[in-house]
Amino acid sequence: MIDLRNLAKHYGNIVAVRNLSLQVAEGESLVLLGGSGSGKTTTLKMINRLIEPSAGSVWVDGTNVAELPPHELRRRIGYTFQEVGLFPHMTVAENIAVTPNLLGWPPSEIRHRVDKLLELVELNPRDSRDRYPSQLSGGQQQRVGVARALAAKPRVMLLDEPFGALDPLTRQRLQESFIRIKRDFCLTVVFVTHDMAEALVLGDRVAVVQDGELIQTGTPRTLMHEPANEYVSRLLDTPRRQARLVDALLTRDRGAQRDSKPSDVRGEPGERTQ
Amino acid sequence: MTEQLALLPAYLTAHLQLTLLGLLASSAVSLPLGLTITRVGWLERPVLAAAAVIQTIPSLALLAIMVPTLAALNLQSIGFFPAFIGLTLYGVLPILRNTVTGIAGVDDALIDAAKAVGMTPGQQLRRVELPIAMPVIIAGLRTATVWTVGIATLSTPVGATSLGNYIFSGLQTRNHAAVLVGCIAAAVLALVLDGLVRGLEASIRKRQRRQFRSVLALLVGLYLYTGFTLATALLPDRVQSVTIGAKGFTEQYILAEILGQQIEHETRRTATQRQSLGSMVAFDALVAGDIDTYVDYTGTLWANVMGRTTVGLDRAQVLEEVRTFLADRHGIQVVATLGFENAYAVAARAQDAERLQLTRISDLIPWASTLSMGGDFEFFSRPEWLAIQAIYGLEFEEQRTMEAALMYQAVAGGAVDLISAYTSDGRISAYDLRVLEDDRLAVPPYDAVILASARVAQEWPDVLRALSGLEGTIDVNEMRRMNLDVDEGGINPSVVANTYLAALAAEQSSHPQ
Repeated sequence: MIDLRNLAKHYGNIVAVRNLSLQVAEGESLVLLGGSGSGKTTTLKMINRLIEPSAGSVWVDGTNVAELPPHELRRRIGYTFQEVGLFPHMTVAENIAVTPNLLGWPPSEIRHRVDKLLELVELNPRDSRDRYPSQLSGGQQQRVGVARALAAKPRVMLLDEPFGALDPLTRQRLQESFIRIKRDFCLTVVFVTHDMAEALVLGDRVAVVQDGELIQTGTPRTLMHEPANEYVSRLLDTPRRQARLVDALLTRDRGAQRDSKPSDVRGEPGERTQ
Repeated sequence: MTEQLALLPAYLTAHLQLTLLGLLASSAVSLPLGLTITRVGWLERPVLAAAAVIQTIPSLALLAIMVPTLAALNLQSIGFFPAFIGLTLYGVLPILRNTVTGIAGVDDALIDAAKAVGMTPGQQLRRVELPIAMPVIIAGLRTATVWTVGIATLSTPVGATSLGNYIFSGLQTRNHAAVLVGCIAAAVLALVLDGLVRGLEASIRKRQRRQFRSVLALLVGLYLYTGFTLATALLPDRVQSVTIGAKGFTEQYILAEILGQQIEHETRRTATQRQSLGSMVAFDALVAGDIDTYVDYTGTLWANVMGRTTVGLDRAQVLEEVRTFLADRHGIQVVATLGFENAYAVAARAQDAERLQLTRISDLIPWASTLSMGGDFEFFSRPEWLAIQAIYGLEFEEQRTMEAALMYQAVAGGAVDLISAYTSDGRISAYDLRVLEDDRLAVPPYDAVILASARVAQEWPDVLRALSGLEGTIDVNEMRRMNLDVDEGGINPSVVANTYLAALAAEQSSHPQ
């Protein structure tokens, strides 16, 4: 479905992506995993031509994307990113309807589609349709962001750390929602993250990127058991290392903290109502 | 006050024409230009710098510069057009700068989002960048609105009627009511237009369709009114109407009234006025045919139009040379000499004149280094002053430039010892001053003459006849008295003119020539 062939991006002398080749099968979910500045976002943005490659080519569904007008390509690909980028002067419904509008769908169909998408991302259409982005919580905004990306029924979704700025509980709920949506629509997904746990939960396969180069691609299980190098092995071990750290802290503090109450953990108000 | 308010509809309409059309043109230039330079990065600095340079030119000078510039381009250089161009240039910077700032301030994430949802560059601009930048752009438009309303009052000296007519003539004739009416009207207009723009912005932002429609309807109505009145003004029935020019001082207001009333009385034509023109603007306007007639002075024409510096000529000689020159070079006719001179002169306080035995300019020679001299804005750079200095060898202790209307108080109050007086000014006797005789004929004669444009000379004999009826009818004492009536008596120039013509008619009917 998606085929990156010898992709490269240079900014002057700085190399952001070096000779990267990668395939994503239809219905597959691939996670691009790497630290800051590893080139994972640049790679993602070259798929829908938000960044033009210096060399190499991107093929989506058998077409070289360089041969399509960018706006036509992008209308067929959903895109969600950490900053969400909801248009502040448009209501929730208008934000979601943007791409169908550009494609010239009839208004009644758009209205129907917006309500259906709001339900899909677990927002109440009646309450949220006419609100402005500024009136929503961070989690709600990202739900609208996902709905907007899905609005024109794309078969490919690109996500750039979409849940990175959310609190852990909200993030988990959105991850679960997204896994369901992805399965229901048989989406082909490229998901950028630096969060190991997220990569393991969402990725059918994980591609580890470091300094603009692809280090290793494989299922989480493969990466875990046969890491290509020290970096991959340390990266994959992160969740367990954190768990051990937490365990150790809890064991040491058990006696001292006996009389304190357990903390009252809650999601943010907007999330609880759903 | 009532007679001032009677002028309000005409002045306000003219002011609206300048302001609204100027703003429309400023926006039409700045918005596309602003959008272009946000797309073509290297253009931003030079374009904004150029707009800022325009802004640093004093507004009065910018408008005045339009006159020779447009004349050099063979365009209408007097009246609405130069003022309109000047105001347009002035309104560019705030709109341009805010357009650039507004568009540049749109969050990069929103640009990425707009691209990612599949907008073309045009859709991205219309649906995302412009709506988000709108409050900032509108803020620039509001700044431009208030500036333009204010600066439009300075259109009067380039021949465009505006609320500035109140202010310029009011300051000259000490009519405080007129100045006040002009200032208040301009302030109210600025507030109203600013309110309309603000209302438009708020209604778009809050999506209140009814408010949007009503504000828009008001604005469209104003523009239609402006366009309609301007169109009728630009296509005047010129066969019937005579346009009379007046420079920006009291005597000229009175004489323009006398000319106008004489024409309306003696012919079937109507007379309209272009008041408070700059000294050279008036002559250029006559040459260009933007005005039909006005009163000028032989000495001014001699020095400024003909560029002559010869001194020592008498009145008749200068008059004949001026008459021939204007007829040959421009087809302009000297219709009549009114009978008085308004020359540049040096005047001193009467008690000083007696104490120091001053009757002639040459009597100043021993005292000059202890005396201070006041002059109006142009006096010290005029050839007359250079000639006086050179011929009499005068070097005063101090030279001070001041507003002509204030010179008399300055000399009477002792702030300066001498001033450049005008010989027909009524305040010479009112302030008990003595005019010193130009015994070495350094200053050319300044006979007041009625000039008529080539078209009047050739095609409108009725107007020529009416104007030539004023030949020799105003002596210097008569002119001084009329000037004083306006300057100190607070009488309206039209009333003074009317009284004068009535007396003249009575005199002529009792002594038929």
